[in-house]
Amino acid sequence: MANRINREQVQHVAGLAKLEFTDAELDAFTPQLDDIIGMFETLSEVDTDGVDVTSNVSDQINVMREDVADNWGQSEDLLHNAPDAARGFIKVPAIIDESEDNA
Amino acid sequence: MNYFDKDLASLHADLVAKKLSAKELTQATFDNIKATDPKIDAFLNLNEDAALDQAAKIDAQGINADQPLAGIPMGLKDNIVTKGLTTTAASKILANFNPVYDATVAEKLADAQMINVGKTNLDEFAMGGSTENSAFKTTKNAWDQTKVPGGSSGGSAAAVASGQVPVTLGSDTGGSIRQPAAFNGIVGMKPTYGRVSRWGLIAFGSSLDQIGPMTRGVKDNATVLSAIAGHDDHDLTSSTQAVPNFAADLNDATSVKGMRIGLPKEFLAEGVNEDVKAAILAAADTYRKLGATVDEVSLPHNKYGVAAYYIIASSEASSNLQRFDGIRYGYRADDVKNLEDVYVKSRSEGFGEEVKRRIMLGTFSLSAGFYDAYFIKAAKVRTVIINDFKAVLKDHDFIMGPVAPTTAFGIGDEIKDPITMYMNDVLTIPVNLAGLPGLSLPAGFSNNLPVGMQLIGRPFDESTLYKAGYAFEQNTDFHLEVPTLGGQN
Repeated sequence: MANRINREQVQHVAGLAKLEFTDAELDAFTPQLDDIIGMFETLSEVDTDGVDVTSNVSDQINVMREDVADNWGQSEDLLHNAPDAARGFIKVPAIIDESEDNA
Repeated sequence: MNYFDKDLASLHADLVAKKLSAKELTQATFDNIKATDPKIDAFLNLNEDAALDQAAKIDAQGINADQPLAGIPMGLKDNIVTKGLTTTAASKILANFNPVYDATVAEKLADAQMINVGKTNLDEFAMGGSTENSAFKTTKNAWDQTKVPGGSSGGSAAAVASGQVPVTLGSDTGGSIRQPAAFNGIVGMKPTYGRVSRWGLIAFGSSLDQIGPMTRGVKDNATVLSAIAGHDDHDLTSSTQAVPNFAADLNDATSVKGMRIGLPKEFLAEGVNEDVKAAILAAADTYRKLGATVDEVSLPHNKYGVAAYYIIASSEASSNLQRFDGIRYGYRADDVKNLEDVYVKSRSEGFGEEVKRRIMLGTFSLSAGFYDAYFIKAAKVRTVIINDFKAVLKDHDFIMGPVAPTTAFGIGDEIKDPITMYMNDVLTIPVNLAGLPGLSLPAGFSNNLPVGMQLIGRPFDESTLYKAGYAFEQNTDFHLEVPTLGGQN
């Protein structure tokens, strides 16, 4: 009974977020997201004409620093966390679908 | 070691006098954890060998009177990175992540010679209010193991409440220190935004996140906050304000005399459980007896906090969590045909349901066509909520109210109903939106479950909250109650 967001829009947003959902997950998620977005819409009751946005509440403004390269000497340790690495590089699959090459 | 009868000052005195060694204390902490964690499930990962080594080194050097935290064990929420010690954020996507650096707070506590005994459970990426969203296990409430410990810092709260360890750190984006502290009958501080460096805190909502201490008593909490606070070149939102010795001021149990306290009528409105309401009204009487004035005040836009927060926090999360793509670290899906597959399948398999829900809400709120109606609107409502607080705090020293509308709910009761779960944060969220400090402390019981009181202060005025918290604690007995583990009381 979605009326604020429908199944196709949920799939579109999932694509933007680099997520995918099964049909069963979409069935569950769509009405849930719709309800939550309905809750979001209660904000329209608040008069915000002429009100500025708040994007952060830090008391620091425009903190500058020198842009100096610093060698942490940790490339080995960092590569240990990579799912796949060889000869000092992170390995990733081909950008082009490998199954097409092999077809 | 029975931490229920000890505070940091008495442990410190014993360590300095060599009645107790750091190694004995650390070993006793692991014994506590091993005895009770099968029931509580507070810890994800113990740091046993390194902790005992560090304790032995501290013993060899000796502990001086000016090192109040040296040799004292503590635990860290597992979204705070620790060099060489697996840090998961309770997510499958980081199950094997081994950080190459320490968070600033971990470094500062190590400099104070505290001993890190391990990493505590949380809702995945700190998203949730029950710790049921952990990919690894559900932590139980220290007072009743059929109840949730709250969240997202549920492991940190239950570990302190069950007497495993005297100090933990949590993080609070919308109530994640204060609500589990309340549910477990302990003290939790969400400091002013910028008071504590976020460097090394795995980011959720960067304009809202703060790290803070969780302890059994107010003074202990104050001692730890002084140790972790301060400007950090690695976090340019961290404040350059001087850090007081918060605990030094806590000697006078009547220091609230002459203070003006605001009690917002919205904090006792419908939806707040009768016992919780009664505990807060009784606390107001306690403050009146101590010579404070308690006025009814209004935060008229409080109820819009939840909606504004779930737009802002989810938007920030959807951006922060883009880094989890299966390339440089973390989980990578098998059975992928191309690079796009790595991103989509790693994220879809690696993130849990609540995290995906937040990423979806945030991506939606930031997407073309919806950005103005949702994200910008929420950012404006945030300003309106900040102005409500400013108006009250202009002529009140602090605000008091409940932490949460109810006491701890049952495990499994709310996890399938996101909106009900989100509404639990209605009294804590506005404090994060405004960047204010919020202190949670024990203020009563309802059906043998703790009720928490929240004190909200002006920016960088944690000091007043600690004074008021200390005065309340010294004039009440709630903090002396301890859970009977496994006995269901």
